[in-house]
Amino acid sequence: MNGDSGGSAREVILARIKEALRVPAPPPHGIAAALRSQMGLLPATAALTTSGASAAGSASAAGSASAATALPTLTIVPEEVARPWLPDGGETPEEQLQLLVENLGKLRAVVHHAVDRTAASEYLFTIARERDWKRVAWHPHPLVDPLLGGVPCATYRVDASDFDKHALESCDAGITSCEALVAQTGSILVSSATSGGRALSILPHVHVVVATRNQIVATLADALHAMKALHAGRLPSMLSFITGPSRTGDIERILVLGAHGPKELILILVD
Amino acid sequence: MRSRGSGTRAARPLKYSTVCTALRGRNPRNQHRLYGRSRLQVAAIGYNQDMIVNGTSATPASHPTVSGAELPRLAKKRFLHDAAESVRDTDHRAFIRKALGGYYVSHNAQKSRFRDWEQARDAASLAKWSAVNRLDELLPRFVANFEANGGQVHWARDADEARTIVLDLVKAARAKAVIKSKCMTSEEIHLNAALEADGYGVVESDLGEFIQQLRGEPPYHFVFPCMHVRREEISDLFGRHLGTAPTDSPEELTMIARRHMRGLYIDADVGITGANFLVAETGQISITENEGNARLTAALPRVHIAISGFEKVVEHLDDLAVLLPMLATAGAGQPMTCYNTLYAGPRQPGEADGPEEMHLVLLDNARTAILADPEQRDSLHCIRCGACLNVCPIFKNVGGFTYGTTYQGPIGSVITPHLRGLADWNHLSGASSLCGACSDACPVRIDIHHHLLHNRRNAARTSPNALEKIGHKLFVMVARRPWLFALGGKLFRQTLPLLKALRPPLLRDWLASRDLPQAPRESFRRQWERRRPETRV
Repeated sequence: MNGDSGGSAREVILARIKEALRVPAPPPHGIAAALRSQMGLLPATAALTTSGASAAGSASAAGSASAATALPTLTIVPEEVARPWLPDGGETPEEQLQLLVENLGKLRAVVHHAVDRTAASEYLFTIARERDWKRVAWHPHPLVDPLLGGVPCATYRVDASDFDKHALESCDAGITSCEALVAQTGSILVSSATSGGRALSILPHVHVVVATRNQIVATLADALHAMKALHAGRLPSMLSFITGPSRTGDIERILVLGAHGPKELILILVD
Repeated sequence: MRSRGSGTRAARPLKYSTVCTALRGRNPRNQHRLYGRSRLQVAAIGYNQDMIVNGTSATPASHPTVSGAELPRLAKKRFLHDAAESVRDTDHRAFIRKALGGYYVSHNAQKSRFRDWEQARDAASLAKWSAVNRLDELLPRFVANFEANGGQVHWARDADEARTIVLDLVKAARAKAVIKSKCMTSEEIHLNAALEADGYGVVESDLGEFIQQLRGEPPYHFVFPCMHVRREEISDLFGRHLGTAPTDSPEELTMIARRHMRGLYIDADVGITGANFLVAETGQISITENEGNARLTAALPRVHIAISGFEKVVEHLDDLAVLLPMLATAGAGQPMTCYNTLYAGPRQPGEADGPEEMHLVLLDNARTAILADPEQRDSLHCIRCGACLNVCPIFKNVGGFTYGTTYQGPIGSVITPHLRGLADWNHLSGASSLCGACSDACPVRIDIHHHLLHNRRNAARTSPNALEKIGHKLFVMVARRPWLFALGGKLFRQTLPLLKALRPPLLRDWLASRDLPQAPRESFRRQWERRRPETRV
């Protein structure tokens, strides 16, 4: 793109890095002793492997000559890591649901349980009435489509062929599906591929998410692995963990909801 | 450590202001100001930037007006002067302490949600250690994957090159307006001034950064940019620039910025963001934010430019499952930051929206110099959470501006000497009580306070201070001769009251806020001998 200078800058920087890494660095501060005694660093949670050994998911570990001259190259084998030291994500689906709802509550998101799609549609009707919505934006999706019949206002359909930023901006709410719900943190994972692109879940003042219970996963790692598996050939151009309504603390560190993104986040959980 | 005895108190502010005026004079007049800033405010930005740019070792040639040697000396003087001023300002200190009070509470609450915070720190530090020490392998892998996703990578050896790259991209996009979300790397390369000098309107969309932009100040804290500003001042500021009615509600002030910004995201042709992590495995960049402004910046404009230091690479997507919650908890006392977004190139076929082009500027700017120092290489593990600032007794008392650096606080004091020259910025290594609160707070276990000691040692090695050298030689001489040591002690005990009364120039600064102790009547060795005669040698 930027011609010769870019090419040479690339070479210069990579050469500098190679040169710099010729001298190995000691292991991270505070855990050197544990490493030296060759004990498992994080008992029963993370396996330490040398670069030659099979690091799941990393095929190129052997290529690192510079670091290999140092201590064995240590990597955490991600797929095998249970990480029982991170915040809890729940074992059973019931626990996960409970954690998810609890976390979303603390984040000041609204969770509504709907027994079926009709109930979900009725709920959407109620909130649209209450808030006097004039127009809601949505995107075609098997979970979103059946809800719209009941909406008592105009709708704006967002898809690749027809997208006007100003029209979307004037909508009161955006209704999307999601990729996954994370119990551990109360996060809603949306993507540009299945949640109506990038703007629908961030530009309107209210974000309504429709999801089913079987979309709940325990941890962030589970959600990330699910994405890699689901979009094996090509990841969506955007994956976003939404954790509560938009917020800021920039003024005197006082929490205000609705900085630039949605002021309200409503999750409709269909059984 | 030159003697500061001979009336420099009066001379110091004079020289300071002279240079300010000089810098102001050569600030390019800005014809395309988006907010009609006053000349003074533009000058203030120019002043801060020139101040910093001239201190860098990376780009001294491009800013030849003030000699490279003169400004850094000024940087130290400025630090001492501003630190004294800030410490005297008890209102400011109380305000900062109050603002951070809420952080401590939520930080502790969120930390306790981790089943074992210390083990999480181990894992996070290992993930970063393993990535930084294999950058030669992981960085090309990241770039290849990023390009496979349709993104374009631009390499920048220094700040000047990075600014040129961004300016060329903005020019190529035929942009009229540029919207930015918070990006410390762009502060590091002083991008806004360069864009404005070329006639592009730039708007900072992060609320704190927007306030700082209107105030004509750099960020006070690299996570909480305007934590030192009171709501009344913000109300005045918005009144002046946006014509809004005064209010004392943080919520209403936030809504003013919200309403103001919404149209700008749509009108902007180029959106500039930073990046928190670069995922080698998938070629994605990860951006962490609370407000949603980065999401909008990367969604609506035609062109998305991200700027990042190359050290942000992590190997696995899975590493983020540890790093994202830790960044949120350490940085702002949250379980997760509100929006943690991974971008893999521009809009793809079938997606409703998104930019047509995505560019990533990978910046060196002396990072390779830190990488080349194995002892301090771990300072590249920094995820810029700002926890070390929040717990630092020095930061809380001298405030963010006193440092005069892009990255304030303990981590800034460690890396700035690498970025801009140890000889001129070593004074920051002294801006520490060595209490270790920063190292304890660091989620990736950077040994911050020991690095400050390392910097002091390195500075003493490379440019020894004559006075200190003589002092140490003298001490060694005395300490090797017990009789001389005893004599010295006796002399010191007897002259202590005299020292107190005379306040010699060399001790004056030290005595300004401290008192010398009462001299004991006899030496420790004497007392010991009296109590334990059998140990007498």
